[in-house]
Amino acid sequence: MHTRARGFLILLFSVLVVVPAYADRHTDALAQVSFGITVAQKGLWSEALLRWTKAVELDPNYAAAWNDLGVAYEQQGKFPDALKAYEKAIKLEPNNRNIRDNYDLFREIYDRTQRRRTP
Amino acid sequence: MTVRSGAALLSVLVAAGAAACASLYEVGIETPIQAKLDVAAFQRVLVPAFLAGGSADVDTNTETVRLLRSQLRTKSELKVIDADVFSLVDVAQKSSGAPAAALPAGISPELRFKSPKDFEPLEPIFADVNYWKKMGEEYQSPLIVTGELLFTPIERSGYVEQPVDTVDQYGRHSSETVRQWVDRKGFSLTQKIIFIDGRTGIQLHTESYTDETLYGSQLNTPALSAYFELMDRRIPDFLNTLSSQRIRGIRYLLK
Repeated sequence: MHTRARGFLILLFSVLVVVPAYADRHTDALAQVSFGITVAQKGLWSEALLRWTKAVELDPNYAAAWNDLGVAYEQQGKFPDALKAYEKAIKLEPNNRNIRDNYDLFREIYDRTQRRRTP
Repeated sequence: MTVRSGAALLSVLVAAGAAACASLYEVGIETPIQAKLDVAAFQRVLVPAFLAGGSADVDTNTETVRLLRSQLRTKSELKVIDADVFSLVDVAQKSSGAPAAALPAGISPELRFKSPKDFEPLEPIFADVNYWKKMGEEYQSPLIVTGELLFTPIERSGYVEQPVDTVDQYGRHSSETVRQWVDRKGFSLTQKIIFIDGRTGIQLHTESYTDETLYGSQLNTPALSAYFELMDRRIPDFLNTLSSQRIRGIRYLLK
């Protein structure tokens, strides 16, 4: 009886406190991602990068935000950062084909630049 | 409702919400790639000649000099020096003092070179600092682009797996992979592009590539077309040695 009551209290705490807090953070992250996409489509990549960085800070498990961050880093030529961001996105959503496509295209360029550094 | 079923319901709702919000946006990007060589010290570039051979159908030396000069003229900020193309093989031969291999009458000199190893006796020319420095002085200290080119016909016949479309009696299309013997021939281009400082005669950088192109044996693709096809593949890499490039592409942004 005691155990069931404790379980109920944990669930209640999760529903009333943790979930809304997570939902708030995810909603905020989603807003940052959306704004980032809008500005990226206008070519404002620095602003987009800032938004997507905020998004992954708010929700570190947000695969789409990591993917978008990877694209922004790639666009700016920051290859090691792009690699980390894409790899994080793939780790979070290994079956997402769009993330995989972005990653594969990026790797083609990245590997080329790496070959150059090893004579 | 138990704790477990409540948690399950919650996770389903979260997952469904996330799926409903998923969106995809295509966006064009331009990935910048830094130049491999800092050529700020040079205002001019000279592409004088190459050690070239392998095929008598294409004058690889002259064609490559022309092609690289024209690419540099339009896609780099360096002033391209127009100078007569000469045979670097002859120069290297004289410089090394080694006698040229005797060839049967009617055989083109280019056919002396059948593999990259055949250039080895002539390669000391690239380390001849005085030779390149003297050339540099003549043309006001440019960046010098030279190297080795081996363009050879190849045959790659063998079994290949090919998709074959079939139509059954009901008109339904299907595709299956079939292993077939295919006679193929084509060309191989091995390039070693060497960048030399015309002020000092010292080598700055070397790029090496090997590419092949294959055609069905019934196709009589001209050697010159194959040569340009193979050179086209490496022109971006070559240009990127001297100047920063931007690679255009499409990426997916996700929400």
